[in-house]
Amino acid sequence: MSAHLDTLMASSPDSAGRRRFLQSLSAAGGLVLIVGHGVGAVAAEPKKYGADGMPNGWVDDSSVFVAIAPDGTVSIVCHRSEMGQGVRTGMPMIVADELEADWSRVKVVQAPGDEKRYGNQDTDGSRSTRHFFTPMRTCGASARMMLERAAAERWQVPVSEVHAKNHEVVHAKSGRRLGYCALAAAAAKLPVPSRDQVVLKDPSQFRYIGKGKIRIVDGRDIVTGKAVYGQDVRLPGMLFAVVARPDVYLGKVVSVDATQALKVPGVLKVVPIEPSPPPANFNPLGGVAVVATNTWAAIKGREALKIVWDDGPNASYDSRAYRATMEAAARVSGKSVRNDGDFDVAYAGAARKVQAEYYLPHLAHATMEPPAATARIVDGKCEVWSCVQSPQAARSLVAGCLGIDPANVTVNVTLLGGGFGRKSKPDFCVEAAVMSKAMDGKPVKVVWTREDDLRHDYFHTVSVEHLEAGLDDKGKCVAWLHRSVAPTILSTFVADAKNQFNLELGMTLRQVAPTIPNVRLENPEASAHTRIGWFRSVSNVPHAFATQSFIAEMAAAAGRDHRDYLLELIGPPQRIDTRTQGDDWNHGEDPDRYMFDTGRLRQVIESATREGGWGKTLPKGSGLGLAATYTFVTYVAAVAQVVVNAKGEVAIPRIDVAIDCGATVNPERIRSQIEGAAVMGMGVALFNEISFKNGRVEQGNLNDFELARIGSSPVDIRVHIMPSDYSRPLGGVGEPAVPPIAPAICNAIFAATGKRIRQLPVRDQLKA
Amino acid sequence: MSTGFVLNGKTIKSELEPDTPLLWVIRDEIGLTGTKFGCGIAVCGACTVHLDGVPVRACITPISAVGGKKVVTIEGLSADPVGRRIQDAWVENNVPQCGYCQAGQCMSATALLKSNRNPSDKDIDEAMGGNICRCGCYTRIRASIKQAATKGGVA
Repeated sequence: MSAHLDTLMASSPDSAGRRRFLQSLSAAGGLVLIVGHGVGAVAAEPKKYGADGMPNGWVDDSSVFVAIAPDGTVSIVCHRSEMGQGVRTGMPMIVADELEADWSRVKVVQAPGDEKRYGNQDTDGSRSTRHFFTPMRTCGASARMMLERAAAERWQVPVSEVHAKNHEVVHAKSGRRLGYCALAAAAAKLPVPSRDQVVLKDPSQFRYIGKGKIRIVDGRDIVTGKAVYGQDVRLPGMLFAVVARPDVYLGKVVSVDATQALKVPGVLKVVPIEPSPPPANFNPLGGVAVVATNTWAAIKGREALKIVWDDGPNASYDSRAYRATMEAAARVSGKSVRNDGDFDVAYAGAARKVQAEYYLPHLAHATMEPPAATARIVDGKCEVWSCVQSPQAARSLVAGCLGIDPANVTVNVTLLGGGFGRKSKPDFCVEAAVMSKAMDGKPVKVVWTREDDLRHDYFHTVSVEHLEAGLDDKGKCVAWLHRSVAPTILSTFVADAKNQFNLELGMTLRQVAPTIPNVRLENPEASAHTRIGWFRSVSNVPHAFATQSFIAEMAAAAGRDHRDYLLELIGPPQRIDTRTQGDDWNHGEDPDRYMFDTGRLRQVIESATREGGWGKTLPKGSGLGLAATYTFVTYVAAVAQVVVNAKGEVAIPRIDVAIDCGATVNPERIRSQIEGAAVMGMGVALFNEISFKNGRVEQGNLNDFELARIGSSPVDIRVHIMPSDYSRPLGGVGEPAVPPIAPAICNAIFAATGKRIRQLPVRDQLKA
Repeated sequence: MSTGFVLNGKTIKSELEPDTPLLWVIRDEIGLTGTKFGCGIAVCGACTVHLDGVPVRACITPISAVGGKKVVTIEGLSADPVGRRIQDAWVENNVPQCGYCQAGQCMSATALLKSNRNPSDKDIDEAMGGNICRCGCYTRIRASIKQAATKGGVA
């Protein structure tokens, strides 16, 4: 859930690379509008950060986000996509709080993709709350002030004498009160106050924000089957399609025999979809679609297709061989991405040397809901219904592929049955538009099966992380080398990209512990042979697994307690400008406003270890492990307790996670996100792997891409939210708790068994 | 040929091919979309429904095997007092994140409580082990089953 096209563009390595990148996006057609936002402005304008730096920025106009019906029902627009992070509860809650609305009379309305109207809608990067907290407050406050003014005018009293309270405006002097229902029409006729006139609440007056007392808005619909996801969209006369896509990335159809497929009852048509030339972008992979009157008929029709494929240039991609290629690259110098002091001299003179290499496989997002999109074309206008994290990108791409103006494309956002970054890439929406066009504009739902999802994902990258450290005679680290080798996300947008770019390098690679005087970071080249995408927490996953495992290895080599060693390595509390660490990306945030605060990192470590019982005596076969990260401008530490039995099976009775994400809006959903991240991180540690052979994904369904189940998940997950206040800028929540989980678990396995895990997933490595 | 069965108390006829899984009959032909498609091979549990009171995976249950039987989906679960208790516990504890798997989770949890009024952790692991939640809501699922069991009068 993290990368963003504009961020990608701004982070492209050099002007030639940027030009190439832009050309590739332009050639792709649909994305011109998105990148157009920043083109040409790059040189002239000062760098923008946060919500200002995102395409189409932010909007805080209450007339866009708030409407009050004559019966007093307050409709609040949620313009970001709900995928389980709670945004449909959290964002309207912010508006409702400032509006003094009674939550039981609030209705949440999902916005279609229209960034000019709503501001940026690209729901990834753990950004929704931190970017829209203030704009949403402003919306609510300005609507509240309009209601107060309407009441004051009605009563002919100064507006300073009235105040809004729980869906009414009150004139305390006279005891008069009017409900919002009675004031809505008059208030709507008043001008929206300008931003500098809007008075926000003092945080002590918050009634919903920070309280965590509100139930999620879709809870009852979800448990009664009323909630509508992308797979659930139904339109009169709709058809259903599945697509046979090339098993190998860049493979092409040589010939297709549809005779048998067309005999399947319910199958209506077999339609070729053109393959897209590299780079992959968000374009369809091509293949052959089967359109039918129901999904099952389409699936059976697809099985009956006889297709001859040309597997193309990636036909020999093999995970085992590729690992050896990456390891070879990791053992020699590569592109320097940070070089402070003199690593060679310090390492040569070190009393003790530690080396380790870590391997992390490709991962699939495996959202519970496989991707799906429905499209209909009427009178040259296309309407799409889909589970997308990026409705604006979907709109632009659909317009591009149909050759129509984006104004003639409407993208309706359903609930997302999981996102994790997969549904930021709306290739499935384009497929639906192509299908509808092929069926004369009839509504067509393109259903991805689980096999489609696992074999045609934008995969989390595979990586080899090579680390070397020199310790002095007291065990203190004096030299640090980290070589990270991994196919880059950029390759999805620039076909020949082989180096990680700022966004990836800024994810836990560059943020080396500040006490280490000699630091060398390198990024040798790696070629991509499949579509590389962003998966919840992105490059933080491999980088943090490596660094947090390695620091534990250093502590062991020095004969020190891991926590004490880690705290010493981080050093005394200080606020560090991330640019001094070579990171000018800083998760897109202003480096003066969001500094790397080692004091806050220390506090989450102290909290997690205290709560998790660090130092306590455990039975044989049990152990505690620690890891701590600073990602998405949020500080997280995790302490995992593991039990490894005689058969080498791992159980995780408890995980403690401490998080400092600054001020909180909905602590209840923060807890649930962290509980989920702990389970997902455990899956990354123990089970998850996508591997390739002959260019094809070896896994086919959830029987061989193993996910955490209730019996294998941590039994007790305790979340410790650090106290904060609203003077501190907000941090991300959706992603930051994933990266520390796998290293905490593997460090605990070391504590329990003495066995160091350097390759994920653990799977049967501990078995005799 | 058509297949008749009772869906959430209502008599239904499906005109789809006899090998068509119940899942697609319910979703595409009848139009009840609360029962979800997750894997198609009965390993994720998102499509769980009750067939004559027994939890089954609709994605591998051909409609030909359903003739004359009673099917309950998530849309009909509230009519069952145990189902209602499960739903209430889910809502009260904010169990769902994305929510996509939760219909199947509720169906499995209800079937568990109807056969075992006071399930242990091990019972829960076994009965719910076929239902994957990618968001990782498992601790809340477990707590909510226990809460619903307690409210059923046995604890």
